[in-house]
Amino acid sequence: MTTLLIAEHDNRTLSGETDRALTAALALGEPVDVLVAGHGVDEIARQAATLSGVGKVLVADDAALTHGLAEPLSQLIVSLADSFSALVAPATAIGKDVMPRIAARLDVMQISDIIAVESATVFRRPIYAGSAIETVETTDSKRVVTVRTSAFDPAAREGSASIETVSVPALEVPARFVSENKSQSERPDLGAARVVVSGGRAFGSKEKFEELLTPLAEKLGAALGASRVAVDSGYAPNEIQVGQTGRVVAPELYIACGISGAIQHLAGMKNAKVIVAINQDAEAPIFKIADYGLVGDVFTLVPELTEKL
Amino acid sequence: MKIMVAVKRVIDANVRVKVKADGTGVETANVKMAMNPFDEIAVEEAVRLKEKGIAEDVVAVSIGPAQAQDVLRTALAMGATRAVHVATDAPVEPLAVAKVLKAVAEREQPNLIVLGKQAIDDDSNQTGQMLAALLDWPQATFASQVEIAGETARVTREVDGGTQTLEMSLPAIVTTDLRLNEPRYASLPNVMKARKAPLDTLTVEELGIDITPRLKVLKVETPPPRPAGVMVGSVDELIARLRDEAKVL
Repeated sequence: MTTLLIAEHDNRTLSGETDRALTAALALGEPVDVLVAGHGVDEIARQAATLSGVGKVLVADDAALTHGLAEPLSQLIVSLADSFSALVAPATAIGKDVMPRIAARLDVMQISDIIAVESATVFRRPIYAGSAIETVETTDSKRVVTVRTSAFDPAAREGSASIETVSVPALEVPARFVSENKSQSERPDLGAARVVVSGGRAFGSKEKFEELLTPLAEKLGAALGASRVAVDSGYAPNEIQVGQTGRVVAPELYIACGISGAIQHLAGMKNAKVIVAINQDAEAPIFKIADYGLVGDVFTLVPELTEKL
Repeated sequence: MKIMVAVKRVIDANVRVKVKADGTGVETANVKMAMNPFDEIAVEEAVRLKEKGIAEDVVAVSIGPAQAQDVLRTALAMGATRAVHVATDAPVEPLAVAKVLKAVAEREQPNLIVLGKQAIDDDSNQTGQMLAALLDWPQATFASQVEIAGETARVTREVDGGTQTLEMSLPAIVTTDLRLNEPRYASLPNVMKARKAPLDTLTVEELGIDITPRLKVLKVETPPPRPAGVMVGSVDELIARLRDEAKVL
């Protein structure tokens, strides 16, 4: 049988999360087809066809699939499920929304947020915000899996898979799309950035958060992140929260500025390759997991770092 | 209108979780337990809709051993009007929970079901979506704003890179994200009153649902600690080490 990987995209480009989830899908040991579901997605299908190791790219094009809403997308994937032994998606907002809906329809217990594939039926995944790792074996005949993409390297894009159009059933759209509000940023996406610069409580205001951290992020070509306190206090927007309940990132370099290091936050970044912490409080828990710690005031150290880089 | 809210008893969010020495799970004996924080947000949202006059009834449901009644009493103290305890001593996975909640929903006939987006113990983030599938209702997951007007729900959701707003006819499923609201602390008189309030009790067997786990937990372990880092004395030293030692600049 074959594994079906659900491609993540925004109707314009194929997200790098797909490349990483593909590495996990290939580890299941069976051929992998990629599903590109959306509207006007020919270009994305061409991008997906370059992913190394993919058998076929299946294209489902329908206006009902434009926004990746859970009801029509799950209906489509359930209609294709008979031909596949495993359904895999990155654990993105769309993947987390749609995959359990599919799993329930198929009467399968989903395995969420895997960080390793031990065998075709055995997976490792974090629980309790990463305070523990569990190894689980599924007894279901079909597998529905979401992938924590930061735990897997991206597959190469050196392939040339064939592209096939699949027939789309009459899709129901009970939840109507009204609008979306996505930040237009020139900087790399938090999930894919090589460097993340993150700020916490110490900045004290939205103005200072931006004034001090944006230049540092720009200098490093980094994505901006924030602690939950910084988001709750209104210093930073929701979508850049790093942590158990926000985004989970594993960049090459994570610079935590004025972040004390609550478990909740550490769960979202402790797998970064190199962690730098800059904090006034020498006892802050963030220093316990930092590779390089610098004690001092972010209001002087962050601008100094920006200037000297 | 009637709202059903699902609540789970989990290890308190402020407790540092310890893995059992035999690797079969985490220590729960003599550990402080509490309502899953996302479920508190769900209860709060339902109670606010009741206080606005949009809902009359808020029914809290929990599945688990006798101690699950503790979190039902917390929900009652926060303002839920009724509580249903579905008793089982067996472990329940999200798929089984969704099946039990479906059976309860068929009895209760709610117009809206609100759940936390994930439980902070297994971090699965599945139950709401699964319940929506089993009931064939529309879903709005990761909600940061919920407005109900007549038979329609308008929900703003937290998605990667920003927010998305959806509109759907009731009945529907909403799962709560962190910033939907700030749950209240129940007042002492309400806590005392909730202690004596009657609970409806059912059993999984009565509902006739097979909750046999589909996943076998082979092992639970503590993740390897990061090697100890170094403290640097200046920005110059930091840059030098990042460049020459870590080679990330």
